[in-house]
Amino acid sequence: MRPSRGRPLVAAALAILLFWLVGYPLVLTLLEALGAPRFTLAHFADFARRPAEWQALWASLWISLVTVILSAAIGVPLAFLFERAEFPGRRALGVLVALPVALPPLVGVIAFLFLYGESGFASRAVQAVLRLEQPPWRLSGPAAILLVHAYSMYVYFYLFTRAGLARLDFAYLEAAKSLGAGRWRTAFAVTLPLLSPALSGAALLTFMTSLASFSAPYVFGGSFRVMTTQIVASKLNGDIGLAMVETVALAAVGFAGLYLLRRTEARSVVGTVRGVAPRRALAGGRFVLAAAGWVLAALLLLPHASLILLSFVPRNTWTTEALPPVLDLGNYASLFREPEHLRPIVNSLWMAAAATAAALLLGFLAADAAVRGRRRGGFALGNALEWLIAAPWALPGTVFAMALAAAFSVHRPAAARFVLVGTAAILPLGYLVRSLPLTGRAAFAGLRQMDPALEEAAASLGAGAGRRLTRIVLPHLKPALLAGASLAFLTSLGDFVVSIVLYTYSTRPISIEILSAMRLQEIGVAAAYGVLLTVLSAAAFLTWGRRA
Amino acid sequence: MSEFLRLEALEKRFGALAAVRNVSLTAAAGEIVALLGPSGSGKTTVLRLTAGFEALDSGRILVEGEDVTGLPPERRRFGMVFQHYALFPHMTVGENVAFGLTARGDAGSPAAARKRVAEMLALTGLSGFEDRRVTELSGGQQQRVAVARALAPSPRVLLLDEPLSNLDPALREKTRRELRRAIRRIGITTLFVTHEQEEAFELGDRVAVLNAGRLEQVGTPEELFEKPETRFVATFIGRSSVVPVVWESSGARLPHGPVWPAIPDAAVAEGSDADLVVRPEALEFTARPRPDALPGEVAERRYAGRVAYFRVVTEAAGEIEVLAPPLAARDGDRVFVVPAPGGPVPRVFPRSEKA
Repeated sequence: MRPSRGRPLVAAALAILLFWLVGYPLVLTLLEALGAPRFTLAHFADFARRPAEWQALWASLWISLVTVILSAAIGVPLAFLFERAEFPGRRALGVLVALPVALPPLVGVIAFLFLYGESGFASRAVQAVLRLEQPPWRLSGPAAILLVHAYSMYVYFYLFTRAGLARLDFAYLEAAKSLGAGRWRTAFAVTLPLLSPALSGAALLTFMTSLASFSAPYVFGGSFRVMTTQIVASKLNGDIGLAMVETVALAAVGFAGLYLLRRTEARSVVGTVRGVAPRRALAGGRFVLAAAGWVLAALLLLPHASLILLSFVPRNTWTTEALPPVLDLGNYASLFREPEHLRPIVNSLWMAAAATAAALLLGFLAADAAVRGRRRGGFALGNALEWLIAAPWALPGTVFAMALAAAFSVHRPAAARFVLVGTAAILPLGYLVRSLPLTGRAAFAGLRQMDPALEEAAASLGAGAGRRLTRIVLPHLKPALLAGASLAFLTSLGDFVVSIVLYTYSTRPISIEILSAMRLQEIGVAAAYGVLLTVLSAAAFLTWGRRA
Repeated sequence: MSEFLRLEALEKRFGALAAVRNVSLTAAAGEIVALLGPSGSGKTTVLRLTAGFEALDSGRILVEGEDVTGLPPERRRFGMVFQHYALFPHMTVGENVAFGLTARGDAGSPAAARKRVAEMLALTGLSGFEDRRVTELSGGQQQRVAVARALAPSPRVLLLDEPLSNLDPALREKTRRELRRAIRRIGITTLFVTHEQEEAFELGDRVAVLNAGRLEQVGTPEELFEKPETRFVATFIGRSSVVPVVWESSGARLPHGPVWPAIPDAAVAEGSDADLVVRPEALEFTARPRPDALPGEVAERRYAGRVAYFRVVTEAAGEIEVLAPPLAARDGDRVFVVPAPGGPVPRVFPRSEKA
């Protein structure tokens, strides 16, 4: 389509707004780390001198690498099982198994605590069976973090491998067989190399998510610190300069990860094959496979079952018994009856909804300006827009939370800085930044897939710009946008990592309230909040989110 | 017939590439004009400029004397059929066809719109398809929905971009006839792009041949075939062989002596080196040598029913193609090639630099 005159202006305004939201806080963080306005490397020197900082950085790296290995060990075989074998319940279980990725990390963490923690179901059972004086184990330190990570992040390997297997052309496997390769040789010499783009993509995604992980290290880490918890600790200690340097260090690792990911994505285009999916094996081991699938799924869903059970346990009724003696709906009633309990729910809902709506609008406008602008010939702003949209995805939430805290705690209108920290605006803003990649990527992908001739056809039939947008472009993008929006909504709704840095008492979201309920020993209330978040997230994910 | 659509000195550059260079073309009311050319010749760009999807660098587009150059596509009232049809996948067949009626806000009542949709579907042989999903249709049916949708709002001009290229060959001929019938019945002025000569000749009243962004020649199929004005048209339309000659007052002198009658291009000077473009229909075999005969050997015979194409390798003039009865010669025969009386007269063009 021919360019309309106003478009470059809109794109420029959009780029400035996105830079102010995404790029500017990062720049300010770097400046503060350098001690602006009196530039000094003192904070960096301080960082380099302390062994604790290096330990945290190293811990972040090795925890992430081991998480990748563990997640692959669970996710890849699971993907083969669900993609290649046929057994009763395969479809339903296949969806359930992907669910942990959609659940708020903090909820996963407390669910684990309720199941495997010192006073959790599993440890109580072991204690009762073996008649022990003390709980058999403590759930803490790196092992606990890795357990939770592997539990939630195997999904990346599972989904990527399944998608890779579904795309794999059966002809390759038949060719290998006709050349005399056996089952194992085919798997290792043909299938796995063809899957390597999917596997490396999953590995990097897992690495990045683990690097950014905050809930598990925060709850289980204790004195064992990774970069994300180290940053928050430094900030709580009032050591802002050091916290900024730590943020910069974590951001640098994140960017290195993104760079690697982009390179693998670029290479993987060559390896993409579209062919006929292999038939599912209906072998004799069908019932063994079915049993394995069901057991695995049960195991993976057990933490959430514990969460649900605990949400029905009234306060101070469960002491030494193996199973809770009393169950009722009191915790849920208190969530909705007590204003102080209802408040976080209302807060989370409106803040997530506002952030999602804004992210949807900005993501669509940016994609529209970049994709349709580029189609009309060279357009430098397009790349900048796409980068700004994608950046919050590459950087851990802690980094953005710190950056926003740094940028918007000062009143300097001339520098476009306002005091937003402590106001109701800052958390939705933080959620918005974190949601931009989710809605933006969906809009970019949807628009790129759309045949430009559809809009031209509408124009030649007399539809003006507004009508083309509402009748052709938006209906076409609807599935992608819905998927992106639902992911953005559930991420914001369950957010903990940004909230803990930026919340105020009056705008506290559900995750913060869960934490304070845990501190007050209101376990049932915490569990009820967790169930509420889980149900809302799962509903959003299952309804719209699965296409993303 | 009066002039209805006028393209005036169209120019369009894409960066360094001059896609369309000084193209002027007119179409009478109800006329079907084919834009024919190899890929990259600018034919699709001319169509897109006419539709308004691309902005002109210079030039004007007029319909019935009204200058529409500055109008966006949605206000030109030109119907367009896209190469891949661009049917809206989220709408039914009926909704697709009705889209242009409601878009212009002149549909009148819903009943009138429904009537118009039914009319258009009847015209394209798809009566009763209103509630089908477009994704359920075959390629040929999709093509017809695209035509019905473009025609429904009664556009002033119909534009078609390679409308048959996505159909398999067996279906293409049938669809081509149906398309021609539908356009004729409506009597709409039509511009369509194709890279296939057969399609252009059968569908077009006149054919505009484009090459490298320039308009080479506009004419009826007969004119293009019998009287090509440029070397490009002479070689692009129909089959032909190119033979190096020297142009003399008596005709084109071939290497080794024979002189054949030919019509020279204005730029060919007497005594200069030139290229003779000769169609296989313009040649035949003789049993014995004659002064105007070019000797050679049959390298290949391609049987085509009542006639056959013979590829003859000559010592003096390279390869030359001759159309003759299938039994006129066999592979490996020594033959003598002479001009056939009554065949299309060969043309002489300045020696091309490429040759």
